[in-house]
Parts: sequence; structure tokens; C-alpha cells
Amino acid sequence: MARTRTPVVADWFTGEGADFRLLGTRCSACSSVFFPREDGWCRNPGCAGGDLAEVPLSPRGRVWSYTDARYRPPEPYVSDRELPWQPYTLIAVELAAERLVVLGQGAPGVRVDDLAVGMEVEVLPGVLGEDGDEETGTAWTTWHWRPTGVAA
Amino acid sequence: MTGDVAVLGAGMHPWGKWGRSFVEYGTAAARAALADAGVDWRDVGSVVGADTVRGGYPGYVAGATFAKALGWQGARVTSVYAACASGAQAIGTARAQILSGLADVVLVVGADAAPKGFFRPAGGDRQDDPDWLRFRVLGATNPTYFGLYARRRMATHGDTLADFARVKVKNAASGALNPNARYRKAVSAEEVAASAVVADPLRLLDICATSDGGAALVLSSMEFARRHGAADPVRIRAVSTVTPTYPNTVLDLPDIATDSAAGVRPEGPAFRSSIALAAYEEAGIGPDELSLAEVYDLSTALELQWYEDLGLCAEGEAAKLLRDGATAPGGRIPVNASGGLASFGEAVPAQAIAQVCELTWQLRGTAGARQVAGARVGITANQGLFGHGSSVVAVR
Ligand SMILES: [Zn+2]
Repeated sequence: MARTRTPVVADWFTGEGADFRLLGTRCSACSSVFFPREDGWCRNPGCAGGDLAEVPLSPRGRVWSYTDARYRPPEPYVSDRELPWQPYTLIAVELAAERLVVLGQGAPGVRVDDLAVGMEVEVLPGVLGEDGDEETGTAWTTWHWRPTGVAA
Repeated sequence: MTGDVAVLGAGMHPWGKWGRSFVEYGTAAARAALADAGVDWRDVGSVVGADTVRGGYPGYVAGATFAKALGWQGARVTSVYAACASGAQAIGTARAQILSGLADVVLVVGADAAPKGFFRPAGGDRQDDPDWLRFRVLGATNPTYFGLYARRRMATHGDTLADFARVKVKNAASGALNPNARYRKAVSAEEVAASAVVADPLRLLDICATSDGGAALVLSSMEFARRHGAADPVRIRAVSTVTPTYPNTVLDLPDIATDSAAGVRPEGPAFRSSIALAAYEEAGIGPDELSLAEVYDLSTALELQWYEDLGLCAEGEAAKLLRDGATAPGGRIPVNASGGLASFGEAVPAQAIAQVCELTWQLRGTAGARQVAGARVGITANQGLFGHGSSVVAVR
């Protein structure tokens, strides 16, 4: 048995490996894309309102900016308080087709020194953190950004 | 022009970590403002309170709490919440009541007793709360966003860590002169550089702390001010509290993503600029006419951002404006003569009111050692969670 893999938020991403994608919605009337997904209505004030259909977001984009978390974030962020804090990067990525910026954690091992504004990055599945024990616990899955050209 | 309202009185409880109730800070600030105005509390027709912030959302009710603490006297009461812009919305509400004739004299109060460390979201499982989600999904604290903005400026405008440190050095020097500031000592660039990195590229001394504090204003109609013997009071000429326009393409707290510009092309200025533009338009003045500005330096880099968003310089030229000394005391347009959030730390519902207190004292010429010579026109700027922001223009 291993921990149950559960998305940290339902329906924000799908797929495994190279097929992993963030999921947004797109308005059929005005083409606006929403992430996090809007399922109720289009937020464009000039749009009469179309149907919102689920769409995968572009798997690659360019770094809009980046930073890191040198200190343990407060709850509800899940981290093992028994272990010393391991900083991780946060990367804001501009998706050209959708014309929006999506924030995400950098993949494990990605440091700020590996990043630059404008650099191409790709989305990949990751684990945000783990709860409970090996048998009955939960591994919370999420999305990570990683510079392209870095070997898996 | 919409019309002026008079600032009859301004008062603050010093910022710090006093470990007492927000009611005490707000009541002290209110009493100070009433005394400054020479107005008896029982003659105040309306009280507007800026609610405290807890987990990103309204905490304690402010208006009625302060009305009760000062002694129920039957005033019209209002409480507002707009995250970091709560204080400005309280001022805007008071102003609307005065200009519409609903009240002659209004007391505005904001105060908070801030929790320690990072601001954190409300407890429980709140998948429908964007503020909860950014902590849960990303561990994205407020400094995360400040770090992103700072790095973006470095990449697009060539700002350096030395520029950011220079903001702190400037503001700390001013804060050292301000009896209401929490941090009242000079800070060197070396001290900034030696402080721990919190959110790359920003260090502890680049980022504002959270504080206890209280601020209050007594506002009135110009007619009341004249009857009251205040012939030439400081006047509030504009209060801008506009929302962003869709699509909002700058990543904003507490969001995980921006709006998409795929369906609608962004038109006009970005959000922060639009806050200032609305204030300029309402006041009928432009950035060239300013004597001073109080801006929301949640981080050193954000102060530089505001120079551009307020039109004090062209985009990308904020660091040059700073390096040239234009925003330092004695410069062309001193910014954060109060010491700014760098010297105060943020007491959320009080902060935007405190900015206007500083304008009031500067425009009266009573700011003591930090006085901006000949100050006639001042502006404040502020931004907070959930698409809130504000800008107030005051003149003398
Ligand atoms: Zn639409």
C-alpha cells in the first residue's frame, strides 16, 4: 500500500507524465479563458455570456517572474513540521495562447539561480505534500513548473 | 469638481506591538483626533469604522465598537471592510455622507492588533476562498507576491538590490523622526543586505512588518469648518477606491492567476495606475502639482512601483528618481516622509487613515522635523487583497 494520491484541488489539472495539463474553462462567446476555472459564468463584463467549456491550458509558457519561500508558510500549507524547512521556488508563468499568467511551485530541485524572466518552462505533475502514514495517508498532487531542457 | 471636505482633526495611537486590544488603539486615536479638531464627541453626527482584518476577511466590527467605547451618543454608524484599503473606504464613506448633506461632522477610525508573523488565511477547509487556496495550494504568502514584483522590476527595468535597500534607508531615516512610527532608528544599506532573504530577491528589511496601531480623522463640511472657526483647513479633494477593469493582467493578491486577455484586449492603464488616475481626475490636479506622496511600501520594490503608477516618473524610471534624491526629504517630490510602512509596519484598517493623518500634518506645516517645506498638495496610494486600492488627494 502507498498513500492515496489525491489532487489538492479537484478538476484543476489532469493526466500523467507528458500528458499532464492544467484545466481551465473557455467562454464560447468571447474566448476568455479562466484559471482557476469558472464554471458558473463568464467574468468579461462586455460578454453576453457563453457556455464555459473545460479546456487544457498550454503546457509551456515563459517565466513572468519568480521567487522562493525561505520560510515555512503557515497552515493550511501542508508540511512536515518535524523536518527542517526546505525552500522551494514559486514561478509565475505567462501562457501565450491564453494570455494569462499562472503561478505555481517550481519542481523539486529548481532553484532561483536556475530561473530567469522570459525563460521557457513546462508544466508537470508533482506532489505538494503528504499527510498521515504510508498505509492510510494522502499524497496531495499538484502542478509544478520546470525549465524546459532540463532532463526529467 | 465634486467638492471638498475639511479635515478638522487627525490623531493616532503610536504603532508598535503593544499587546492590547484594537479598541484601545482606536479609541485613543479618536480622542486625539477629536481634541485636535476641538469637537465634542457628542456633536459628531456619524462614525465610520474600518473593520479589523482576520484571515484576509473582516474581523471585528469597528464602527459600533468605537461608538460604544467613546460612549453611545446616537450617531449614524457605518463599518466598512476593503482589506488594506479599508481606511480609505471609511474616509470615502464619510466624505459621501458630508457631501450629500447626511452629516456635518464625521469621525473616521481604524485600528488593529495584528497577529504575529505572516498574514494567514481563515481556518477550516475553504476551497471556495481564493485567499485560503493560495496558501493551501502554493504556500504563497504576501511576501511571495512582493518577491515576484521585485524580480519582475529587476528584469524589466534594471532595478537592483541596492535600489531596494536605498528605499529602506530613506524611509527609516524619516521614520526615525516620527513619534508615531514603530521603528525609529536609521537603517544602513549594509543592514538591509545582511538581513535574511524571505522571498528572493527580498530580504526581511525590504518587507514591512505587521503592527498594532490606530488612526482617526474628524471630517466635516466646509460650511461647518467655517462656523467652527477653521477658516483654512486641510481639505480632502478626492478619494479614489476604484476596482480593476477586466482583464486585470497583473498578478494580484490573493490570486493564483491573472485574468486572460485572450477574449478582450486590455485597454487603458493597469490597476494601480488607474487608482491614481481616478484620484487625479476627481481632484482636477496632476502629478506635477504634488508636494508629497504617501505610498504603500509593503516592500521596498513596491514603493518604486508606485512612483511610476502615480506618474511621478515614466515607467521604468523609478530607481533613477530615487537615486537622484527626488523622493527623499528636500527632493522634488518627497515620498513617505512619515517613514512609510517600512517604519510603521502595517496595521491594516488604520494604515490608509494614517497616510491621510500624515498629509494633514504636512499640509498644516506641523510635521516637525520631517516637514516637507511649503507642502500644498499631497496624495496617498494604497492597494490590498481582492482588487482593493485607494488614493486620497488632500490640499491646503
Ligand atoms: Zn465571455
